[in-house]
Formats: sequence, structure tokens, C-alpha cells
Amino acid sequence: MAPRRPARALERAALALAFAPALWLAGRFAFEGVGPDPIKTLTHATGDWAIRFLLLSLAVTPVRRFAGWRAVAPLRRTFGLAAFAWAAAHGLVWAVLDLGLEPAALLEDVTERPYVMAGMTALAILSVLAATSTRAALRRLGPRWKPLHRAVYVAAAAAVVHHFWLVKADTRPPLVQAALLATLLAARLVWRLRRSAVAPAPTA
Amino acid sequence: MTWKIPETHVTDEALVVNRREALRLGAIAVIGAALAGCPAAQEADAAGRTTESDWPAIPGVKPATAPYRVDAAPTDWDDATRYNNFYEFGTSKTDPAEEAHRLKTEPWSVLIDGEVEKPGRVALEDVLAAAPLEERIYRFRCVEAWSMVVPWVGIPLAKVIARCRPTSKARYVAFETLVDPEQMPGQRRRVIDWPYREGLRMDEATHPLGFLAIGMYGRVLPNQNGAPIRLVVPWKYGFKSIKSIVRIHFSETQPRTTWNDLQPEEYGFYANVNPDVDHPRWSQARERPLGGFRKQPTLPFNGYGEQVASLYAGMDLRRNY
Repeated sequence: MAPRRPARALERAALALAFAPALWLAGRFAFEGVGPDPIKTLTHATGDWAIRFLLLSLAVTPVRRFAGWRAVAPLRRTFGLAAFAWAAAHGLVWAVLDLGLEPAALLEDVTERPYVMAGMTALAILSVLAATSTRAALRRLGPRWKPLHRAVYVAAAAAVVHHFWLVKADTRPPLVQAALLATLLAARLVWRLRRSAVAPAPTA
Repeated sequence: MTWKIPETHVTDEALVVNRREALRLGAIAVIGAALAGCPAAQEADAAGRTTESDWPAIPGVKPATAPYRVDAAPTDWDDATRYNNFYEFGTSKTDPAEEAHRLKTEPWSVLIDGEVEKPGRVALEDVLAAAPLEERIYRFRCVEAWSMVVPWVGIPLAKVIARCRPTSKARYVAFETLVDPEQMPGQRRRVIDWPYREGLRMDEATHPLGFLAIGMYGRVLPNQNGAPIRLVVPWKYGFKSIKSIVRIHFSETQPRTTWNDLQPEEYGFYANVNPDVDHPRWSQARERPLGGFRKQPTLPFNGYGEQVASLYAGMDLRRNY
């Protein structure tokens, strides 16, 4: 077990990082005005940060394994929860500000637009993972916890596909995210292959 | 190319014409001065901080009257000039305000060719000689579901087309934007098969609402809004209103248009604003007026149905989106 104190400090820093974009956005709205298209600004900012924190969360394990830096382990959860918080905010901006909570408009968006379905899939998965991210849930779920939380890969892929499908012309940002996600997933594969090459280890 | 003023105008309305001419020349002088040498405005623009007063006012503009004025408060100048889709300067909406100072709009000419009696290159001043400058306060609805109200300054497109003397074969009018990656850095990437192209059916182009703008808010058009001359077709989605026009081409067949080329299932040739026909990826039922959180319903033909719906009588607007 890593020493408790530096881990705590690292977690606090990660938490601060998770909230920083919200402060920055609030400050901008307060001092510079809401700008030409505030609903879109909020939609894009919340969506972008959700994907960024999701990718950060997925980067924790490879960093821990390859750099041997075990202190980062708890950040997987912190960043994962940050991703969920931003994704939830993204969903709220869409439902409340963009669609005015109009049932017909919401239903139409969810059922008729593939990119909305992909986004909803990601948000639904993240919600379940956030709800089962406590120690109590970890204990209760026991051996089922890990396979359940592997759904984060599906959520990340769905989120990036969601982004890619809604872009009008410049596909570079979602493609960069897709490349980062592919790298992070490949790192897991490399680790697995390497371990099975060294010794037929029991599944961890 | 000949730009004849009908004889009746010369004889009977000589005074009026002269007065108009004086105003027109005054306006052009202001535009010229603004575009040629206004380093302060251009630097401010480079930093994306242009304020309205940096842009010279155009004198002698006939005020907008019904049905050419919307009864709604115009969009804030800052929002209308710093939130632009103008991929020639980059695909982000803030790129044009930052990059458009590179565009040299003086001198400027427009190539007029295709099915016209005498094709040729026409100086901007001569294009503007087609009619006195007037203001039009129009709704502007982007296909991305945001909208504005803009007071444009310019002349009716129909007047310019009449002066081009299209032949009987001319059934469509096509427009092209300048191509010059030096001045338009966004063109260094092929996000679009440059030049940007747009087009209208002849009856659409000669409709009285069709407008060629050289200014907005009583001032010279900022580069990022399509200086020195752009199209404004208020009942169609914004991408039809092509900017920085260098060519007007008359043809017998329907011309290629940029967004239709890129994604034909998403962007049609007609692109009439229609709340009942959704973009495949988002609803067109409502829109976000720039500058706040308010949303409002989108109107058929962007509120110009009374004037233009007859152009599309008998057409299936779901298929001809």
C-alpha cells in the first residue's frame, strides 16, 4: 500500500482539476458575458471535459503499470467521477437549456438521432459506474465489480463516436480523442500480452 | 460588359440619378478608405476586438421599409461579427474575426460570365452602380439552429442581375468566393473543394428579397462577414448567403453548391428554412437567437413565406430540402 498522505494530496489536486474548468467557465460568463451562443458554449464545454476526464481516468492504470507509479491508482476513480459529473452536466444542458425539458423534443432526439443515442449510452454507463464507485458498492459487488466497471471502455468509445457523429466539418478533435483512446486500450493489450509471455499468470 | 442606365432614367430623372450617384460615390469612397487604409481597425480586428465604431459608417443609405424590415431588435454587433462560419478563415466560429484582416478587399472585381450577353470582369463600383444603396433588416437563420437579425446595407440582387443581361438560356445563377490561401488561411486545408460555391434558381435570384450586401449596421461590411460583397437570401439557411463574391455565373443547368457537394443528404440545393424538415442530425423546429439562452420557434421560410412560398408551389419540400 502506498503511503496515505501523498495519495490524499494527489487526489485533492485531481479533484481541484476536475472543478477548475467550471470555475473558469463561470468566471468567463460573469466577467466577459455569456457570448454569442451560450447554450452551445456550455454544451461543448461540458461534453469536451467529460471526454477529457474519461480519457484521463483510462490513462491512470497504464501510467501506474508502465511507470510503476502506484500513488496514482486512486485517481482512476476521481477522474472517472469527474467525467460522470461533466457528462451529467452535459445531459442537463441538453435537456433543460436546449430542449426546455419538452417531452416530445426529448423523445424525438433520443429515438431519432444516433449521436444522441451514443451519448445517452455513455451517460447511462457512467451513471451506473458512478453509483457503484463507493467502497461499500465494491464490497457488495465483490467479484462482479471488475467486469461491471469494464463497461467504461464501452462508455468511452460511445462518447467519442457521439462526438464524431455530430461534427459538421472538422473531424480532427474527435479523431484525436479516438487515437488517444485507442492508445490507452492498446496499452492494456500490450500489458496483458507481456504478462502472459512472462508467465501464464492467473487472471487478475 | 455594358452597364446601361435606361434612357428614361437619364432624361427624366437626371437629378435623382445624379443625387443617387453622388451618394453612391460617397459611400464607395468611404468603403475604399476603410478597406484600403484603416490600419487601426485592422489591427483591432486581428486581435478579435473590433468595436462597431472601428468600421466606417456608410452615408446616404435608404432606410428599410416594409416588407424589408423585421420587427425585432437587431443582434448585438459583437455577436454578429465574432461568431461566423467562414471556413476560408478557419472552421472555428472565432477564426474569421481573428484571421479576416488578411483579406484585401480593394480593389475588387466580379467576373460575370456564362449565359449573359457580354461576359466580363466588372469592378465592384460598377456592380454597385446597378441601384442606390438601401438598408434591409432581415432575419438570418443558420442551418446549425442559431439565428440573428441583421440590418444589411446593399442593393437588390435582381437589379444587378438585370444589368448582367442574362440570355434566355440562363436558368440558374451561381456564385463563387475568392480563392487565395495567402489571404484566406483556412483554404490551406481542403475541408472544402475550394472555391466555395452557391447558387439559386433564376426566379429565386430575381425575387425582390434577394440582396447583395456591402455593409451591415450602417457600416462597411467587416471582412469576417463577407466583405466586400456578399449574398443575403433571408428565407434560406445561412450557408446559401455566400461571402466575398468574385464570380457570378449564369447557367442552363443547376450549379454545384458547396455543402450539397459535401453532404448531399444533409444540405440540399434549395436549403429553404423549414422547421418541419429536420437536419438528419438535429431538429430545425427551434432556433437560438444569438446573445442569450432564449430559444424561439423557427418559421417556415424563416418568416418570409408570404413573399416566397409561391416560388415553390407544387414542389415537395421534404424531397427538395
